[in-house]
Amino acid sequence: MVPDKHAKPTPIYTLDRAIPGAFDGETVTRRRFMTGSAHTAGAIAASAFLLPSLAFAVGPIFKSTPARWESVGPTDMFNEFNYVPVILTLNPQIGEAGKTTVYVRKFNPAIDVDPYDKGAKFIAISNRCAHLGCPVRWVDAAERFICPCHGGVYDLLGRPVGGPPVRPLDRFYTRVNANSEVELGPRFSVNSQLRPFSPRDPGEALDGIGQYLYPSRPGAQKL
Amino acid sequence: MAKLPKPPTPTLPAPLQAPPPRPGEGNGKVTPADQAGQAGTSVVDWVDERTSLSGGVRWMLFRKVPKGTNWFYTLGSATMFAFLSQAVTGVFLAMYYRPDPNGGAYESIRHVTNEVFLGQFVRGMHKWGSSVMVVLVFLHMGRTFFFGAYKYPRELNWVIGVVLLILTMVMSFTGYLLPFDQRAYWATIVGVNINGTGPLIGPYLSDFLRGGPEFGATTLSRFYAIHMLLVPGLLIALISAHLYLVARLGTTAPPWLKAEESPELREAEV
Repeated sequence: MVPDKHAKPTPIYTLDRAIPGAFDGETVTRRRFMTGSAHTAGAIAASAFLLPSLAFAVGPIFKSTPARWESVGPTDMFNEFNYVPVILTLNPQIGEAGKTTVYVRKFNPAIDVDPYDKGAKFIAISNRCAHLGCPVRWVDAAERFICPCHGGVYDLLGRPVGGPPVRPLDRFYTRVNANSEVELGPRFSVNSQLRPFSPRDPGEALDGIGQYLYPSRPGAQKL
Repeated sequence: MAKLPKPPTPTLPAPLQAPPPRPGEGNGKVTPADQAGQAGTSVVDWVDERTSLSGGVRWMLFRKVPKGTNWFYTLGSATMFAFLSQAVTGVFLAMYYRPDPNGGAYESIRHVTNEVFLGQFVRGMHKWGSSVMVVLVFLHMGRTFFFGAYKYPRELNWVIGVVLLILTMVMSFTGYLLPFDQRAYWATIVGVNINGTGPLIGPYLSDFLRGGPEFGATTLSRFYAIHMLLVPGLLIALISAHLYLVARLGTTAPPWLKAEESPELREAEV
């Protein structure tokens, strides 16, 4: 077969690329280049305000809060057998809404068989229900913590004995300062063996697979 | 300029139609009174000549509806008007509201309710209207479901509607905190913790909602921003898409109506 010398040379670069309007030898047409540059410029401009705004909104998830220690009363205010309610300020910026009740008693070797917290002289139990966060109340006659919202019941050590709670009541770190006053520190959560974990929100189980399904927040100190 | 084809005008009832000119009146002389009478039409024409909006409006409003259309078909519009009522009352409530967790929020709501002229009424419309809107959303959803109006080709509109339902719930949840009384506070604590029980992302979601590990100073303003800026914007955009699809696809006939047999069609089938 005689080759046709008038035939246009086959565009080797663009033939199988299906680029309409390409000249021979072009891998990218001017139109496609302009389209790409316009899209890139738009994407850069949009991410310039979107990404910082998004990071700004989700930032608090990764922020770590410094530990606060607050004195709640002299050591002789508390005994080994019953809880004394004290007021603890969790957030000083929002007035009454930032305060919570904590039930405090002395460490009692007869009932507190807690192998993980041997050094503690005081037990401070949060009144935040481990179901959905309502305030529980210590009922002296029943020797139970009882939640008014959905009927959660906890025993003397804060372990759930009835209702929907998935783990025991949270606790607070305690220490005694130089003036012989009990100070309460950061919150920690416990599983059913009363083993301490970094604080979790209510409703998040800590036994078995629960501790992996409900990871601690990135800012929290690991225990 | 070529004359555009004149679109059909909707028929007006006889009393509203302009009377034809009396003999001797239509002499071509335009009096100022005529011009004043035509002012509204002139303005509309002026805008329409520059935007061609009337075609879109006619496309949206003068649609054919199937036989058997009944009162159940008004539930969607009723929901939209409930939303518009929430939007308008919400904008005016925002003029008085202060998202200050240190007592200011509660105080501003108390001020609106007890001292502002018609404050109790406007706040009441917003408060009770939110329940009305949720009820109407569910009735509208039930109508769509039981009339089979979610089927091809309207599946996407059902999906958009479900997103609108979720956004309505988000509005109810975030709006509940704003009075910042005991009920609002504890309901929000419980609601945020319910979000937290979702595995893996739950804890991050509740931290995002609270703006930190504990209910804090930014939680209220965060809820306020979500309630009055973020979600309303999404709602307006999705309601527009929802309405566009309704106009594009038309409405369905009620399921108890059978299609009428047409002898011409039967012959044409052969």
